[in-house]
Amino acid sequence: MSATTSAPKAPAPKAPAPRATQTLRPDRKKKSRIVYNAIGLLTFVVMIFPVYWLVISALRPNAEIRSYDQTLWPSSVTFDNFSRAMDYANFGTAIKSSLIICVTAVVGAMLMATVAAYAIGRFRFFGRKGFMIVLILVQLLPPTAMLIPIYLQLNDLGALNEYWGVIIIYLVSTLPFATWMIRGFVINIPKELEESAMVDGCSQMGAFWRIVFPLLAPGLAAASIYSLINAWNEYLLAYVVLQDNDKYTLNVWLANFTTSRGVDYGALMAASTLIAIPVVIFFMFIQKKMAAGLTSGAVKG
Amino acid sequence: MSAAETKAADPAVPLQRHPDVLRPQPAGRGRAPRKAGALLPYLLIGPTIVAIAAVFVWPLIKTAVMSFQDVGRRELWTGEAAPWVGFEQFTNIFGDPAFWDSVVLTVVFMTACVVVTLGFGLAISLMMQRMSAWARLLVTAALIAAWSIPLMVAASIFRWFADSDYGVANMVLSKYLGLDFQGHNWFLDARQGFVVIGAVVVWGAIPFVAITLYAALTQVPKELEEAAAIDGVGAFGNFRYVVFPVIKPVFQMVATLSVIWDFNVLGQVWLMRGTKPEPEYEVLGLYAFNKAFESNSFSQGAAISLITVLLLSGVAVYYLRQLLKIGEVE
Repeated sequence: MSATTSAPKAPAPKAPAPRATQTLRPDRKKKSRIVYNAIGLLTFVVMIFPVYWLVISALRPNAEIRSYDQTLWPSSVTFDNFSRAMDYANFGTAIKSSLIICVTAVVGAMLMATVAAYAIGRFRFFGRKGFMIVLILVQLLPPTAMLIPIYLQLNDLGALNEYWGVIIIYLVSTLPFATWMIRGFVINIPKELEESAMVDGCSQMGAFWRIVFPLLAPGLAAASIYSLINAWNEYLLAYVVLQDNDKYTLNVWLANFTTSRGVDYGALMAASTLIAIPVVIFFMFIQKKMAAGLTSGAVKG
Repeated sequence: MSAAETKAADPAVPLQRHPDVLRPQPAGRGRAPRKAGALLPYLLIGPTIVAIAAVFVWPLIKTAVMSFQDVGRRELWTGEAAPWVGFEQFTNIFGDPAFWDSVVLTVVFMTACVVVTLGFGLAISLMMQRMSAWARLLVTAALIAAWSIPLMVAASIFRWFADSDYGVANMVLSKYLGLDFQGHNWFLDARQGFVVIGAVVVWGAIPFVAITLYAALTQVPKELEEAAAIDGVGAFGNFRYVVFPVIKPVFQMVATLSVIWDFNVLGQVWLMRGTKPEPEYEVLGLYAFNKAFESNSFSQGAAISLITVLLLSGVAVYYLRQLLKIGEVE
């Protein structure tokens, strides 16, 4: 029973059902199907339009953007907006900051989450349930309310305007969800596998590294991509904590396009496209796991 | 026998796995004392506990303490001891009409966003069940595309939509619908501004709701619906008495999460207003932010943060109870 039921898979078993009823009332069934398809098409257009407009605005010449007559289709495609966006100050350092912060935070979070998930997935110990409840509650803390306490804490530690301050916060914010997600994979690895490895002479540690860890790889991949996306998309905390222009992450850097003289929408859309592309690609890999993972107790961070 | 089964099952599906988890338990327990590993699980969760305590719990405690002091810029930078002021920060905040305005604004905005999101999300998921495969594929693709767009980028796109001179919204309204929207500024009137901000929030939130509910809907046994239909139950009755009870736990969970997320709409407002929101746009998070960082009264910001956490803790406890009820925390 895969609750995920991705779109491509679902129709296959369903196809015979409508056919059976079709013999009863072919007309009505067919008509309502057409109506639902039309609504589906409308939903598609409404949901995809902002994404379409993002890409199309990034690609169209600037003269068309500054026009009172926006057309649905650009007259010509140009990469001017992209090159102008990349020429904005600090583009390179922003990429560097984003990469340093996100990758370090995710690697750290995965290490800690894996061992913690293994503990709650494999052992029964006093305080286990309490720990799991804490994992959930922490995810429910309102981030906007935590902004000020965390800022003050970082100030005490001297971590303001430092990469490591942001890294620690991103790491710990993704930790509860990652732990929960990986736990789901741990409990699906039969304990017998490990036990037989230990019978064959592996230590507990050896059994973990040789047997469990390789089987966890898909779960780890999903959890790390999820954490990476979250860290990549975070904006407010980075804005508050990082103060130097050359330490800004990509999201904070985006604010450059809004000046007192107006907004350079062409460059803004181009830069936004650049930031969104890696997220969209990664997202495709894990979307199936996300839909089910989120409802099964793990909360989005 | 369970090996193949558990491996095939999706890791995230809760209902089936409990027997598998619980069965090996007696064996594990019997063997546990032999190993010197009674401390091992604590060692493994230790780092996570320390990290969570340092980043969430300890700051929260300090926030609680601070909200009874008066910490300004001087105390913050020099580390000087801040004077104790008792409940003064709270009486100041509760006496400030702007606070109540922002509470009302936040609650109304949150409610509207949640209702619209859940309504559309449920409608889309129900229709996805009934449409042809190709249409469902298109809808899923669009939902995932919308889901993956970063918040920051989504806010930029919608701001560009609503641009007074070159925005596509004004153009469509004035050119194709014949309304006088040429050069119309959507953010001049906060109510209209919140329509645009709400659109970003709802657009970004619908995919999660629709996809999750669709997954839940596929769990509804077809036979139940058919039996009800044979007994003469109409389409609405079928949903009300057959389908909804099955998806109710998931629906409640999605609703609770939406409440929490939409209560925390701060980034969207902030970004849509070019990082300098007008007073009419001051949602609760922004109010706290401005008190702390603009007026440099960190104690007031802390007190408001504390109030927000307490306000939402009721919702969080409700969510937790749902999880415990369906046996998720095992």
